[in-house]
Amino acid sequence: MLLRAAVVAGLAFIYVPLVVIVIYAFNSSKILEWPPPGFTTHWFSQAFENEAAREAFFTSLKAGVAASAIALVLGTLASLAVARHRFFGRETISFLVILPIALPGIVTGVAISNTFTQVLDVPLSLFTVVVGHATFCIVIVYNNAVARLRRLSGSFEEASADLGAHTWQTFRYVTFPGMRSALIAGGLLAFALSFDEIIVTNFTIGAGEQTLPIWIYSNLFRPHELPIVNAVAVLVILISIIPVYLAHRLGAEEGGATGGRGAGGGVETEATAVP
Amino acid sequence: MASEAVAGRRSAGHRLADLFHGRERLQVGALLAGPVGWLVIGYLGSLALLLVAAFWSVDPLSGSTIKEFTFENFESLVNEPVYRDIVWRTVRTALLVTLTDAVIAFPIAFYMAKLASRRGKALLVIGILLPLWSSYLVKVYAWRTLLSANGAINWALDPIGLSGPGYGQTAVWLVMSYLWLPYMILPIYAGLERIPNSLISASEDLGASPFTTFRRVILPLGFPAVVAGSIFTFSLTLGDYITPRLVSNDQFIGNVIFSNVANNQPFAAALAIVPIVVTIAYLLVARRLGAFEHV
Repeated sequence: MLLRAAVVAGLAFIYVPLVVIVIYAFNSSKILEWPPPGFTTHWFSQAFENEAAREAFFTSLKAGVAASAIALVLGTLASLAVARHRFFGRETISFLVILPIALPGIVTGVAISNTFTQVLDVPLSLFTVVVGHATFCIVIVYNNAVARLRRLSGSFEEASADLGAHTWQTFRYVTFPGMRSALIAGGLLAFALSFDEIIVTNFTIGAGEQTLPIWIYSNLFRPHELPIVNAVAVLVILISIIPVYLAHRLGAEEGGATGGRGAGGGVETEATAVP
Repeated sequence: MASEAVAGRRSAGHRLADLFHGRERLQVGALLAGPVGWLVIGYLGSLALLLVAAFWSVDPLSGSTIKEFTFENFESLVNEPVYRDIVWRTVRTALLVTLTDAVIAFPIAFYMAKLASRRGKALLVIGILLPLWSSYLVKVYAWRTLLSANGAINWALDPIGLSGPGYGQTAVWLVMSYLWLPYMILPIYAGLERIPNSLISASEDLGASPFTTFRRVILPLGFPAVVAGSIFTFSLTLGDYITPRLVSNDQFIGNVIFSNVANNQPFAAALAIVPIVVTIAYLLVARRLGAFEHV
């Protein structure tokens, strides 16, 4: 009974701030006051009409799609090597893949920015943002794919080879269909992670460019922009939560689940990682 | 014509597949070239360059980087009390947040793992996953509004004659504990889930009180999972500079790194070595405590 109360209190603690932001987004007053004097959807239409916010949204979208595409390719390749082959240094691969999120995000940010600006003399841009995001997204695809491959028996692949299929055919008609939903889940999670990332983005984005979190961050300190910020914040919550929910459903159907930042490692069999 | 092209391509595919057939080393090499290239050359290479850059300096007049070896950055890091204070404040907050999250997360995780029904379990897992993935920045911002002078916390506490902590170090501790709580709940849940129920029944059958069962059976078996979760609460706190900026006026390591990155990249690099060293030290301790079976 006491435990149940603790769980309810814990969940309330987790959800109250999110609920408050949603309520504020519909707040009719221009200043943030609690409780709100009335409700309106005015700020959402204002947010849609805001040129800078719209541009930042598409920048985030581009970054998320590009980063998760790279992460999908690299994470899948690494997972196939680790789950289907034995080789020297195999244990190290998991460590290598997890390192970009095990180290504080700021370290990844400074390291990448340092390499591009001080050593390679490449100016920061959306490209450098994508490089940073892809680096910490690989682990998410990798974890999902490895968990799935471990559950899929390798004997199907052996049977396929015995029946005369070559390496590529076996992958195309046996391995890939088995992995597909795990890869979709991994890709969705990678996108969700990239879309609202700010710690690394702040270090790797070029002057004059903004992702949506950067737009929010730079408008936080302008009181008259706050009502629009609230509306955008609600959109960001939705855009980061929907892919996660879908990924979780995909995982659940196949008997897996989504976890957080490697932390979920054991949440069921398929787990992953966050910012 | 077209079918010939397809046939030609297919045979090329066949030839490539034949090349790989039965050659495991070649297969592994082809699979790993991309990811290992990216992570070792790109990422580890960047970390190594960061270490090198930490020993460079900046010409105070021109603002350009002098790529010559010097201990200058580390000297000012060690000798100036303001940086010592910042490092200590950051590490202390990380420890405090970790402890807080462990205490809050354990009962929730225990309920999820051992008491909830199948359905309740599934609901709780998704209920904790969704906020974990929802935008980090928005969550910090939500707390900034909650804690503000005319925010919801003061409004709720006012009738009983109290007021919220306002912005400051308490707020940073509170917000970070909030942010990283799901990262602590999920690994502990996974760890407790693995404890066979029969062990708990056995302890009860042998006459242990619920408290003794908790202390002698559940806690020791669940502890490595707590350490696994603490890796994230600890490392995330060390690297956060947004939360201190939004709910306090205090500087954390991350804030100093961020404010130096534009004008004095070598000093920012030297500062970034601090969280790397602290995190690695923490990981080594965590490994000794058996956390890695749970990550």
